[in-house]
Amino acid sequence: MDLPSLTVDAVRKGLLTRQFSASELAREVLRFAEVENPKTNAYLRLSPERALAAAERVDARIARGEDPGPLAGVPVAVKDVIVTKGVITTCGSKLLERYVPPYDATAIIRLEGAGAVIVGKTNCDEFAMGSSNENSAFGPVRNPIAPDRVPGGSSGGSAAAVAQGTAVVALGSDTGGSIRQPASFCGVVGVTPTYGRVSRYGLTAFASSLDHIGPLARNVRDAATVLGVIAGRDPADATSADAPVPDYTAALGGTVKGLKLGLPREYLKDLTSETATLIGRAVDALKHLGCDVRDISLPYTDAAVACYYIIATAEASSNLARYDGVRYTFRSGNPETLREMYRKTRGVGFGAECKRRIMLGTYVLSAGYYDAYYLKAQKVRALIARDFARAFEEVDAIVTPVSPFPAFRLGEKLHDPLAMYLSDIYTITGDLAGIPCMSVPCGNTAEGLPVGVQFLTKHFDETTMFRLADALERAESA
Amino acid sequence: MRITEAEVRYVAGLANLELSDAEVRQFQADLDEILEHVARLNEIDTSGVDAMAQVLYHAEDSATLRADRPVSPLGNAAALTNAPQPGNGYFKVPKVIER
Repeated sequence: MDLPSLTVDAVRKGLLTRQFSASELAREVLRFAEVENPKTNAYLRLSPERALAAAERVDARIARGEDPGPLAGVPVAVKDVIVTKGVITTCGSKLLERYVPPYDATAIIRLEGAGAVIVGKTNCDEFAMGSSNENSAFGPVRNPIAPDRVPGGSSGGSAAAVAQGTAVVALGSDTGGSIRQPASFCGVVGVTPTYGRVSRYGLTAFASSLDHIGPLARNVRDAATVLGVIAGRDPADATSADAPVPDYTAALGGTVKGLKLGLPREYLKDLTSETATLIGRAVDALKHLGCDVRDISLPYTDAAVACYYIIATAEASSNLARYDGVRYTFRSGNPETLREMYRKTRGVGFGAECKRRIMLGTYVLSAGYYDAYYLKAQKVRALIARDFARAFEEVDAIVTPVSPFPAFRLGEKLHDPLAMYLSDIYTITGDLAGIPCMSVPCGNTAEGLPVGVQFLTKHFDETTMFRLADALERAESA
Repeated sequence: MRITEAEVRYVAGLANLELSDAEVRQFQADLDEILEHVARLNEIDTSGVDAMAQVLYHAEDSATLRADRPVSPLGNAAALTNAPQPGNGYFKVPKVIER
């Protein structure tokens, strides 16, 4: 069995034709992960007991002649910001090193209900704050394609596991590009669905108006299958949308002829030449397939990074207030007063990037600054969303790069926070507008580094995005 | 300069974060640079623009109120399993009232 090329469909076929059982596959993947994981540090923890129990349930269903579910036996990696009952969930933070969640996230319940096998929990930037996975308290992740380079962040472990073959698909979370950017750096597919499409119940909150859960996979079809399983209304998350979930895979394999695509000029002006060339090739391929490509303008793009780092940090400063030494395992030293306990626990427990963002978020919300920063940013956010709404009156989808450059070297940007923030420019706009967006591989640089192209569509229209990504994927492999 | 070391210490107090002197100096420089960048928002005319208060406000309607039915909660014992210092069914903390 070649694990690094296994797909959801291949697992299903293998199980139904009795080539292997779900338990055999689970043991094989766990063994492979034991050997391969030290090369990348993608997993923080494997969950063999949980994986084997789930696999046995799948085997029992098959033995009884029942449908084992759309993800039967599929090995899944889960970013360690999504809680798993009984399996330590650290969020990449020393603060939660020993935190054993007493419940499962809704996405986890839905995955296992569909037959998925959760292999383990993946490394990430602390509380999902970062673009390189270097902000994890448990060491960085290495890019499986180029080990001296970052896998991207913050869902770096999930992207690396899928690229490495220690999982077939993975869950990540995206607040400003944390699924799509690592997907592009590791050469896999990454999907950020519409805001509210997937329940966040059990996703550790970073910035609640921007947080999403979404899949990473080795092909578009697998990503569409996983999204179909985890999407939909959840009474446990009041922000989850009550919109019907279409069969995403049913739309794949068809033509994209006549679809109108917009190329925003603001996204193409600062590209490194190789990324620009590869994006241009993807656009040409789509033209060749009959798409009608036109230039468009999203004039407020340049304000997006500033807008995002005010809103995201403001919300984070509030969400992270709960890590105070009272409830979540870690309390520093032997404090004499309550306030000393708060200050020391948080001062010792949080890493540098979390502290930086808590400081910025607290500052912009502090007395006298709210109007100048937070309120102003929410107004600019409305303008950015309006840019997209206007564009979608004219086009069916927007095509852009995912990152200005491919995977950079470990340590290269670590000491320049603003430069790191600015590299998120092409991914944060989709989160600010709440629209679906995804990264699809579109080739490699001369050095062999993967590059991703991004598709964005209007609210709840993941289907068009999947159709385009699937058509491009087929054109590339032809 | 957009933020001083004294302001950094004040904000750290608001955020209940104990920072070393080196961290205060580092964050003063980092925040100053970031605030300089975000100041560009002031150049954008937002008069007459409503602040975004709901991400899906312009999306199609999607009812998000659930039925008001009671469900069993997590339970006291489960909620306390991760407490640094549980006791008698409560989270224990140091003295709250200082003399």
